Amino acid sequence: MSNSDVLAYTRDWSLGDEHKEDSPFEGLSAFVQKSGKSQHLELHVSGAKCAGCLGKIEKAVGALEGVSEARLNLSTGKFNITWQGPLPASSIAETVSGLGYGVSAAAETDADELQRKEERELLLAMGVAAFAAANIMLLSVSVWAGAGEMGANTKQILHAISGVIALPAIVYSGRPFFRSAWSVLKRGRANMDVPISLAITLAFTVSVVETIRGGEHAYFDAAAMLIFFLLIGRFLEARVRRRACSAANDLAGMSSRAVTRIDCDGNALKVNPGVVAPGDILLLAQGERAVVDMALADELCELDESLVTGESAPHVLTKGMRIYAGAVNLSGPVQAKALSRASDSLLADIGRMLDAGEQRRSAYRKIADKAVALYVPFVHSAAALTFIGWMLAGAGFRQSILIAVSTLIITCPCALALAAPVAHVVAAGKLFQKGIFLKSGDALERFASVDRIVLDKTGTLSLGVPQLSDATDQKIIADAALLARASRHPLSRAITDAAGAGPVAPSVKEIPGCGLEANIEGTLWRLGSGQWIGTDLGETHTRNLYLQRGDEEPIPLEFTDRLIPGTDDAIRDLEKAGYETEILSGDAEGRVAEVAHDLGISRYTSAASPRDKAAHLEALREQGHKVLMVGDGLNDAGALSLAHASVTPGTAIDISQSASDAVYTGGISSLPLLLKLSRRTRNVMLQNFTFAALYNLVAIPIAVTGHATPLVAALAMSFSSVAVSLNAIRLAAFAEGK
Amino acid sequence: MSGILFLIPIALFMGLLGLGAFIWSVRSGQFDDPAGSANRILIDEDEPL
Repeated sequence: MSNSDVLAYTRDWSLGDEHKEDSPFEGLSAFVQKSGKSQHLELHVSGAKCAGCLGKIEKAVGALEGVSEARLNLSTGKFNITWQGPLPASSIAETVSGLGYGVSAAAETDADELQRKEERELLLAMGVAAFAAANIMLLSVSVWAGAGEMGANTKQILHAISGVIALPAIVYSGRPFFRSAWSVLKRGRANMDVPISLAITLAFTVSVVETIRGGEHAYFDAAAMLIFFLLIGRFLEARVRRRACSAANDLAGMSSRAVTRIDCDGNALKVNPGVVAPGDILLLAQGERAVVDMALADELCELDESLVTGESAPHVLTKGMRIYAGAVNLSGPVQAKALSRASDSLLADIGRMLDAGEQRRSAYRKIADKAVALYVPFVHSAAALTFIGWMLAGAGFRQSILIAVSTLIITCPCALALAAPVAHVVAAGKLFQKGIFLKSGDALERFASVDRIVLDKTGTLSLGVPQLSDATDQKIIADAALLARASRHPLSRAITDAAGAGPVAPSVKEIPGCGLEANIEGTLWRLGSGQWIGTDLGETHTRNLYLQRGDEEPIPLEFTDRLIPGTDDAIRDLEKAGYETEILSGDAEGRVAEVAHDLGISRYTSAASPRDKAAHLEALREQGHKVLMVGDGLNDAGALSLAHASVTPGTAIDISQSASDAVYTGGISSLPLLLKLSRRTRNVMLQNFTFAALYNLVAIPIAVTGHATPLVAALAMSFSSVAVSLNAIRLAAFAEGK
Repeated sequence: MSGILFLIPIALFMGLLGLGAFIWSVRSGQFDDPAGSANRILIDEDEPL
């Protein structure tokens, strides 16, 4: 760009105006739902953990004018507020944030609603099954206790009553299993629900026949108990999934995502990003992040594209150039034309990479699935062989089918169905407390098998925010700050941070891509890039600024990118635990090498494009590595989805969060804990599966030889389920201890 | 034997009552926030004297 272009776009920053910052919660009003006179807002509050927090938040917000309801859900972090009158949404958020809690708009999606319904349905089914199991057991105990003394008629009546209780309970509570079994059977495959459904149906049918014929044994209690135990596992699984998803969604739904649209009359209006259509003119304020791809309508602007490209140095754009979603505007407010909708802007091309990764990941087979694949044919053939064996031995059809059914019941995978979910619930709950949100329970299994950790630099290891190096002279900092206080450029902010509060020079001009200038006591002071100031000291380090006071020799100001506190300890812990670490960054060689050196990481790759990153991960996979990818930017999204497992910081953009398995908010120092707990969880699950296998080893001979009476089945089932659950609960103690 | 005839229906009726209460509590959202409910009882709602 020519020099005259630059000058044509100089912007005046008069005093008094530049310090008037927008409230960070300004955009929340776009998320308020109005019904009649009352307004409703759902926020996500992070950091609230106890009764004290709960009371403090609800009381403070409840005391605001016009608030009729303020209720915080401590399990999900959702905070529902209903109020009447002129109270702005931003002051509610400010009240909460003033108490020291993180707050953002909660984005309720259809998927959330669906999951909530599913969880409720499972809970109701579980309650009905519990009622049936308890009441039938009551009757069964009297049958068992009265064995030998009870008359045949009494027994028949008790069986009949059991059947009457069991029928509606099985029909209602068994639906989740029947539905799932039917849907896979239609496609000619089998899952764990097939033997479960078969066992329940057969047990019920055989018991009905036995009751009518006045037989010895009825298995109504076993059928009801089976459903009850299995539903516990299903319910726990659903709960983990919902909590993890809603937390991750809300982290993504940052309040800053409301966008300013300029309508045809030139009025600026805050709107929900969901309603932006291509062609809309949007106003991108200083410091605001673009949520859709757009074309710059103003002459010039400077962007921080670190989330998109991984490069931390600002980018200068001229009219008509494309602003990618995720970029942050560093210069003054600019107008731009939306090129896409928020839903499809972020990347047709990255989307393809994500899909590829998604497929790869769904090909991963969970430990539980592997166990089931071995288990289903085994159980079915055992039951079938039992039936054939007894028929050949001349036992008669009725006795043979009864024994076969009891085999099916006693081997039914209660322990198997509980083994994984209980461990997942306990581990996910512990991680949740430490600020790590898991997307799914099976992610733990993938974390557990990781052997190499690939880390992005900007935003993951380093703050991505430049800081003035310590060696700079105080007088120079103070002088530079005179100009810097008028600007929101990251380098200016670094100077302001170092200098502290102080005066600002009158009428500072900001020239995007170049620097700042102002007239101070009759001389022209300039603060900007070496190229612009006209000094070339041989080094073209983009992170350097020069301060020129009048005709004096320009003075260089050096900036560094600091590491996130705790990073070096975390890396040391990971190395000690036997993980190989590696940096994969889109940033320039020098800066990456510096960080790698500081952290003692020997392997690093710099200047990697998103495609390079994906290719690198692909190559590692071919070498047989199980890679954990840690990254935050759009440029990492492809790599995140291709990795064996992936984690993302809570500051990342949503596309990266949705591409990864877990989101952490407590800094990278939570990574060692995550990996350790994952390994522990996998061990507990393997123990549980081993136990379930041993249980079957003992139970099957008993059942096959015809000794599995309803009493034995009830005892064996309860014992195995409780043992597996207790073993999984040990995980809580582990996480507490270390 | 005659005792069973009315004891079993009574037992079942009471069980159904419990089940009904459970279904009501789930429907009215009392299971949506177990952590919150556990902590809420600790909040002293009385105004200080």
